[in-house]
Amino acid sequence: MIPAAFDYHAPSTVDEALALLAEHDDAKVLAGGQSLIPVLRLRLAAPEVIVDLGRIEELRGIREDGDALVIGAMTPHHAVETDALVAEHAKLLALATATVADPQVRHRGTIGGALVHADPAGDLPAPAVALGAELVIAGSGGRRTVAAEDFFEDLFTTAVGEDDLLVEIRVPKHTGWGAHYEKFTRVVQQWSIVGVAAAVRLDGDSIAEARVALTNMGSTPVRAAAVEQALVGQPATAEAVQAAAAQAAEGTSPPSDSNGDAEYRRHLATVLTRRAVLAAAGA
Amino acid sequence: MTAVEERPAAELGSPRLRKEDQRLITGRTRWTDNITLPGMHHLAMVRSPFAHARITGIDTGAAKSASGVVTVLTGADLKDEQGALPNAWAIIPEQKAPEHPSIAVEHVAFAGEIVAVVVARTAAEARDAADLVDVDYEELPVALDLKAAAADEVLAHPDLGTNVSAFWEFDSAAADTGGDVEAAISAARDGGVLIEREYRQQRLIPAFMEPRSIAADPTGEQLTVWSATQVPHFVKIFLALVLGIPEHKIRVIAPDVGGGFGGKLQFTPEEVLTVLAARRTGKPCKYTETRSESLVAAHHGRDQWQKITLAATKDGTVTGLKVDLVADMGAYLGLVTSAIPILGAFMYNGIYKFPAYHLSCTNVFTNKAWTDAYRGAGRPEATFAIERVMDELAAELGMDPIAVREKNWIKHDEFPFTTVSGMQYDSGNYEAATAKAKELFGYDELRKEQQQRRESVDPVQLGIGVSTFTEMCGLAPSRWLGSMGYVGGGWEHASIRMLPTGKVEVITGTSPHGQGHETAWSQIVADRLGVAFDDVEVLHGDTQIAARGLDSYGSRSLTVGGMAVLAAADKVLEKAKPIAAELMEASVDDLEFVDGKFGVKGTDTSMALGDLAFAVFQGHKLSAESEHSLDADATFDPLDFSFPHGTHLCAVEVDTETGRSTIRSYVCVDDVGKVVNPLIVEGQVHGGIAQGIAQALFEEGVYDESGTLVTGSFVDYLVPTAADLPAFVTDRTETPSTTNELGVKGVGEAGTIASTPAVVNAVVDALRSFGVNDVEMPCTPHRVWSTLQGRAADTPAAPHSAQSTSMSQEGQA
Ligand SMILES: Cc1cc2nc3c(=O)[nH]c(=O)nc-3n(C[C@H](O)[C@H](O)[C@H](O)COP(=O)(O)OP(=O)(O)OC[C@H]3O[C@@H](n4cnc5c(N)ncnc54)[C@H](O)[C@@H]3O)c2cc1C
Repeated sequence: MIPAAFDYHAPSTVDEALALLAEHDDAKVLAGGQSLIPVLRLRLAAPEVIVDLGRIEELRGIREDGDALVIGAMTPHHAVETDALVAEHAKLLALATATVADPQVRHRGTIGGALVHADPAGDLPAPAVALGAELVIAGSGGRRTVAAEDFFEDLFTTAVGEDDLLVEIRVPKHTGWGAHYEKFTRVVQQWSIVGVAAAVRLDGDSIAEARVALTNMGSTPVRAAAVEQALVGQPATAEAVQAAAAQAAEGTSPPSDSNGDAEYRRHLATVLTRRAVLAAAGA
Repeated sequence: MTAVEERPAAELGSPRLRKEDQRLITGRTRWTDNITLPGMHHLAMVRSPFAHARITGIDTGAAKSASGVVTVLTGADLKDEQGALPNAWAIIPEQKAPEHPSIAVEHVAFAGEIVAVVVARTAAEARDAADLVDVDYEELPVALDLKAAAADEVLAHPDLGTNVSAFWEFDSAAADTGGDVEAAISAARDGGVLIEREYRQQRLIPAFMEPRSIAADPTGEQLTVWSATQVPHFVKIFLALVLGIPEHKIRVIAPDVGGGFGGKLQFTPEEVLTVLAARRTGKPCKYTETRSESLVAAHHGRDQWQKITLAATKDGTVTGLKVDLVADMGAYLGLVTSAIPILGAFMYNGIYKFPAYHLSCTNVFTNKAWTDAYRGAGRPEATFAIERVMDELAAELGMDPIAVREKNWIKHDEFPFTTVSGMQYDSGNYEAATAKAKELFGYDELRKEQQQRRESVDPVQLGIGVSTFTEMCGLAPSRWLGSMGYVGGGWEHASIRMLPTGKVEVITGTSPHGQGHETAWSQIVADRLGVAFDDVEVLHGDTQIAARGLDSYGSRSLTVGGMAVLAAADKVLEKAKPIAAELMEASVDDLEFVDGKFGVKGTDTSMALGDLAFAVFQGHKLSAESEHSLDADATFDPLDFSFPHGTHLCAVEVDTETGRSTIRSYVCVDDVGKVVNPLIVEGQVHGGIAQGIAQALFEEGVYDESGTLVTGSFVDYLVPTAADLPAFVTDRTETPSTTNELGVKGVGEAGTIASTPAVVNAVVDALRSFGVNDVEMPCTPHRVWSTLQGRAADTPAAPHSAQSTSMSQEGQA
């Protein structure tokens, strides 16, 4: 469990970090290290240079910006999970973050690291997609903004290029929306076998708008668009939600592994979607 | 405060906090990996990625010239000096086994087998150079499926000519301990009830907290070896026998050891290779395995197929039990690999009065990590089978599962009872433990709720599982071990040293690795010698201090080792008495020993044991012929096993939509005989139950079709934590053992043995109304759901997709 040797840099600004990434061919960014360090220790990766973002203050913190919340990429899970602004305007993200691993991991791991790592079984990509988050990427050519749905390109592959940094996550405010993250695991501390992120806006007793995205039902988070559409205008009752949730597995291509085969995951997606939406609607 | 007030009236039975916990919990101790010696070298192992292959070439050139590398050793280098790893238990004289090298020479038989050892100045340099060792393999066909291997479809060791190591049988008619099973089965076939089931005991990985670690120092007159082992005395004698090092030139130390569960009851390739590296280089060498190495290469446990045939009459009286086992040895025989299923062979009849019994066991080699002792070792398998099948009998007859058990169990006034497998059960009260458990559990109310949920077809069904277990504890009478083909004995040794200031050193041959012996042994001695608990120090695990002993496993430490301590304390008093008489100028017959003092009856003349120790130290008043020591040695060889028992009840909610099983409540009432420290017993029961639940619901060592361990990290080998378990309700009844003076029975394995069938019985009970009568372990959500769908419950043998791909993706990056 000893990583191969590497050079270590700890810049204190984004610009310095970008310069280091541009300068070194085989560099890797270190955020909370909760995914990267195990990979280094198992020697599944052996970069020559590590650029640690831990000292870059500008990448940390949560603030309001008009209709959006802006979360710095280096904000640890624990801060997201307990932040009052997140609780009010993006409750889904707080709820999903609370299911990540254990308190130790949540104090080290960061929202940016989790999104760039883009583990299909990771719990943060689906809520980011459901809430229509935008990701701000800094590179040598300046900053660009990518919608969450376009950000996740494949397993462990995102729009963040080798010399880029994810700097901010902009989450449109979903003030007053009900939310729930339904995570299915065998033991408490485990990556999602399947997860469902749901946010709904109620108008009286019926569902005015719904956002649903699935974890680990494909190589990237899957937006359950058919379910969302089917929910609109429906009463928040078990029967109505169940009917809509039946379409949750449409267009998905889930993995088969020791936790279950693809068919089982498709079935789980429908059950968990019903539960997530009902819980989000407070029903 | 006076000394008398500090001491509870009796230490035995008092819930003392463990004196070792302060240093263990805060990490203020020295584990093997913390040992650093001047000039120490570090080892890294190169392990075969293939389950079965011929080694066609090893190029160590690049590794040898890498920074900090001292040498790289291969099988070719070590073949003449490595000897063969021992199997200490031939269950039949004709038992077959391949030679078991510490480092492969030409042939590897499981993925994880060592093919080269890098010795370097730092651990990092050793690890770096290990990547540079270039090994060429020619892959061979793999024997993986246990039943196919038993049929010799592919040979795990082509040179052996077969995969079958041994076939072992017990028949009650032949042994004259009961009747003929075949007769009982044919009678049941017409007119009675016959239950035929096949159960899978999945492969488990002990997953002790502290990985195995060895340090060897060849620079002194004696070779000193530190090892994170349960069995320092075994390691010493096998280093002598296997490597030809004179026994008196070896000192083995097991410092504080972080768990074992049987997984450190082994003489390991890593121990041999660390010693050989130290001998070759003349420098201290250290090796500490990584968690990944521990999972692939430390021995595994369980892994059997069990065919069970139970014959009964229509009223639920069992007339015969037939068991056919196929047991996976893995690639080699370790220390007691071959005997593990046989240790269960005497327990399949459980707590019951069966009239006829037959067991056969076929031990089979495959190209997987070898199996060996794991908490319970044979007895969890036996208990699972009988307790599962008793529930099946109840279901078949429409009887309550407790009623069926009661019809067949030994009544409290029938002890001692000789069972159909020839064991003599010392004592027990199954009625009392069961009655108490039912009440604590709210058995009748839960049955009512279950009925309601069945009627309303609630998506969450409730199941109730029963397990009334017993086990044989206290390995073991040496005579019994000898008759079974084991090379060693089962006695235990202890010494007590009375120090001049009245303090006491207790030296035990047992080797604790988390159990709390230091506390319990102190309590025993404090009571017997009338000294304060804190005045007793318990020493262990160093063959220079604890010269004789047979270590800790098989729930033996208290029942055998604790008894040796007691015997040593008695010898101290025997030695002290005539000296006390001499010093007090009284007759030996007039002395009595009360509250730590020898007193002359009818007078107020007395002498405390501590004062006596000082007088002996001075020797001024002792005659020249007197022995100037109160110290005593004692051994204890048990008369027989002891048989703790208990009733465990488990309520499980099964979500039929997702297949998830959640334990709602768990109650156990154990009878482990007399209790020295209830807090320690409680801890053992809790941990044991957790480990048994892990087998029922969570853990499985899985290999893919090429023989690669899929559950090679804790991402895939799911060890539950406290967050996954309910609060256990535990209680006890106390029926003293009659085979030892303390009346103790042993508790180390009880929870593990009892809990697995309780949980699986509950899962199956929840699903019974859907026509389900079995779910293979572990009862994962996927398996339960598939069973409910009537689909094959085969789970893909692939690691958690995200993690595995993350690794390969990052690897390419
Ligand atoms: C025991 C354990 C259990 C876990 N369980 C879960 C779980 O249940 N659910 C879950 O979702 N996650 C889980 N995780 C992962 C956890 O959420 C990690 O924190 C997260 O995946 C990575 O975040 P990090 O900050 O640690 O990133 P790091 O590990 O430091 O980096 C991860 C990757 O992202 C890159 N990177 C990081 N930040 C940036 C950036 N700003 N710009 C560009 N590239 C960047 C790194 O180069 C690296 O490739 C678990 C981790 C552990 C150790």
